[in-house]
Amino acid sequence: MSRFNLSVNGQNVEVDVDPNTPVLWVLRDHLKLIGTKFGCGMAQCGACTIHLAGNAVRSCVLPISGVGDQAITTIEGLSSEGTHPVQQAWLEHDVPQCGYCQAGQIMSAAALLKSNSNPSDAEIDAAMDGNICRCGTYTRIHAAIKTAAANG
Amino acid sequence: MLGFNWLAGCKPTPAAAPALQMPEAWFEINGFVKIGNNGVVTIMSPNPEFGQNVKTSMPMIVAEELDVDWKEVIVEQAPFNTAIYTRQFTGGSQGIRQGWPGLRMAGAAARHMLRGAAAQAWQVPVEEITTETGMLHHKASGQSAGYGEMASAAATISVPEEVQLKDVEDFKIIGTSRKNVEARKIVTGQPLFAMDQQRDGMLIAMIAHPPAFGMKLKSVDDTAARAMPGIKDVFTIKTFEDGYERNYFDTNTFPEMVAIVGNTTWEVMNAKKALQAEWEPISAISHTVGGFGRSQTVEVPSGLENTTDHLARMDESAGRPGTVLRQDGDPEAAFRDAAQVIERTYTAPFLAHNCMEPMNCFAHVTADGAEIAGPIQAPEFIEQTLSARLGLPLEQIDIQMTRMGGGFGRRAYGHYMVEAALISQKMQAPIKLMYSREDDMTFGVYRPAYHATYRAALDSDNNLTAFHVKAGGIPESPLGRGAANRFPAGAVDNFLAEEWSINSNITIGAFRAPRSNFLGGVEQAFLDEVAEAAGKDPIAFRLDLLKRAGSNPVGEENDYDAARYAGVLELVREKSGWGTEDQPGVHRGVAAYFCHNSYAAHVVDMTVEDGKPVIPRVFSAIDCGIVVNPDAATNMVEGAVVDGIGNALFGAMTFKDGVPEKNNFNTYRMIRHSEAPKAIEVHFVENDIDPTGLGEPPFPPIFGALANAMYKATGKRVYEQPFAPHLEASVQEAVG
Repeated sequence: MSRFNLSVNGQNVEVDVDPNTPVLWVLRDHLKLIGTKFGCGMAQCGACTIHLAGNAVRSCVLPISGVGDQAITTIEGLSSEGTHPVQQAWLEHDVPQCGYCQAGQIMSAAALLKSNSNPSDAEIDAAMDGNICRCGTYTRIHAAIKTAAANG
Repeated sequence: MLGFNWLAGCKPTPAAAPALQMPEAWFEINGFVKIGNNGVVTIMSPNPEFGQNVKTSMPMIVAEELDVDWKEVIVEQAPFNTAIYTRQFTGGSQGIRQGWPGLRMAGAAARHMLRGAAAQAWQVPVEEITTETGMLHHKASGQSAGYGEMASAAATISVPEEVQLKDVEDFKIIGTSRKNVEARKIVTGQPLFAMDQQRDGMLIAMIAHPPAFGMKLKSVDDTAARAMPGIKDVFTIKTFEDGYERNYFDTNTFPEMVAIVGNTTWEVMNAKKALQAEWEPISAISHTVGGFGRSQTVEVPSGLENTTDHLARMDESAGRPGTVLRQDGDPEAAFRDAAQVIERTYTAPFLAHNCMEPMNCFAHVTADGAEIAGPIQAPEFIEQTLSARLGLPLEQIDIQMTRMGGGFGRRAYGHYMVEAALISQKMQAPIKLMYSREDDMTFGVYRPAYHATYRAALDSDNNLTAFHVKAGGIPESPLGRGAANRFPAGAVDNFLAEEWSINSNITIGAFRAPRSNFLGGVEQAFLDEVAEAAGKDPIAFRLDLLKRAGSNPVGEENDYDAARYAGVLELVREKSGWGTEDQPGVHRGVAAYFCHNSYAAHVVDMTVEDGKPVIPRVFSAIDCGIVVNPDAATNMVEGAVVDGIGNALFGAMTFKDGVPEKNNFNTYRMIRHSEAPKAIEVHFVENDIDPTGLGEPPFPPIFGALANAMYKATGKRVYEQPFAPHLEASVQEAVG
């Protein structure tokens, strides 16, 4: 076990865990931030997507020892009241069906728009191909990203 | 029933607005409706939610008859309680269809009671009290009151046995698009799912199940696992006791497994890797399975099965006489006299459901009862199973229905609830059972593997004179009497349907539109080929047959309405501009199907761009009767289209020596964002028919429409699912 000082959603927290523990489980089990979801455990589905220093990463394969002093943002910290343009666009397009993958989808989309405020269809495809939606809401996700880009 | 509502996500959800003024007092009018003294209304949503959006659409139906402003409505997940709510079950596309009369009655009864309270207060006849979006009026005396003012008195009025329901043309909420009541929680990461549960003192459990079908636990050496950090216990559990007569949804994939319990998920995952278990072959067994008022025996053979053997055995079975389900006329004579006979064989593999939220469940079992919170489509069945296995009466089993991260049929089979309960019982602690993706994908309960041979006879005038379907599967046939009586039965003078099956120890279960998810696709691909052989347009060919089925049907047990079936084909023809707007490079396929009481037709457009197949657009036409929440219904059809295309292109579970050859998304290919259609246009037939169901019907025909578009794009028919390897090869060949 080792102690790690983390910045999560703008707050400093300390955890005492095995250094190999993926950030996903530190968030879910230790910090009780359950918005970030477990889907595959091998960076194949994107349900666990968070921002590390502003970039979208799969938290299920990111060991806590690899975080260093980089800030972590989770779906709970994307905005305080669901006011982020991507969240607003998701509501406008009423994207979710079961909803389980959507936190990861939103985090991927928000990171995309941060680095590319007006992505092309091909750029959206490339950025979002790592996030599986089993219910098949891809066309709405695509449209919502375009709306968020327009409103951003 | 024990306590309810521990989960933050189960807290009331305002239907339309993020914040509503909470009342000082609530008055329970009936099991579905509570009204606050300030007029705010709480409506219970009775059914389990797995993304079909019943949590919004069911309360909309109540709100309609109650005559309230949707903005004043708070939606709550109803407790599992069959004394109040009937059919708390998600499956068969039956939620809205079967809930429709009861939900309307609940709203109308509450409205009647509010009118009664106003009549008493104002000393006027109840017939003279009218309502208008949450207000009560008495026109003659000019008196008015909000529902909130009369709620306390209304709660004391007896529930009427009969009430007048609204006329369809007076609907103000039904038929208008309302946002998903839980969307805000979803997009902000609030706890909604069983996976999200946290309790004081809660332990984490995982299971280790046999690595192969046909294997069982022989022995386990848990020394290393027990010594791992954070581990509390390692032990074996038996899901069902010997001699137990299984309930309908009790799947018996791996009846004995190892449980590992510890403090945190990561610690338990690591300890599981350190477990040393030995497995041994099972013996052949036969199970008795009850439920739905019948009891059947299921033979489970021993042995380690292989996909290659499966295909050979299916071909072999297809060559033997099957069980005849329906025969009209003299099919063999018609085939003998035919000018042209077309015969094609189609296969499809086992499919894993792959719900995004892996199987999991919270359980806290004590001597006083069992609290079970988890994702479950069929709580009524698993409650009985839990009661039998735990030795607790039904009233001491408290099942809390959490929002499900997908279901698709998989979560009708709640074995994980029994496992969680047994682990909690042993640990004498609250526990959360977590399946890894690998545990989930290799546990079985798959869509069966299927095989079908179709034959069609055309006379010299290209009329369809005979039709023969012979279908089977492992371990069950996709046909059955219901499907044997579907189109084109009734439209052909000489018709034969037969089936066969092969026993297997690989477990199967319901998968979105069970059986139809294979039949709908292959039958529609076959009809496309028959239409082509007859030199007819595929829509016109089907419409001619449906005209015959409507005006002069063959047989008396035809299980479809030819006019509604034709209606969706006509609508998709019109909306897609079929035959009138052919664009160069755009290849179109059409299909239609009837199952689960509703009708669906699709046109798939396919192009080839940079050597890759692309689906720029899909047009869908649906007849599911009255559409409660149009935009949400559209979302569900879009999902069915994407799900169907994904499974048709990529879906496959294969086996080697009983071992599932895929165990995560690196090997089990799922449709991705860039592979989905670029646009999906959904159109509903407008009519006043009571809702007939939507979750499943659009799913089967998309397999056929895709197959037919692929043929147009590549010139090659594909008879084996999944399509992707064939499609990619054909496109490459065509591109050169």
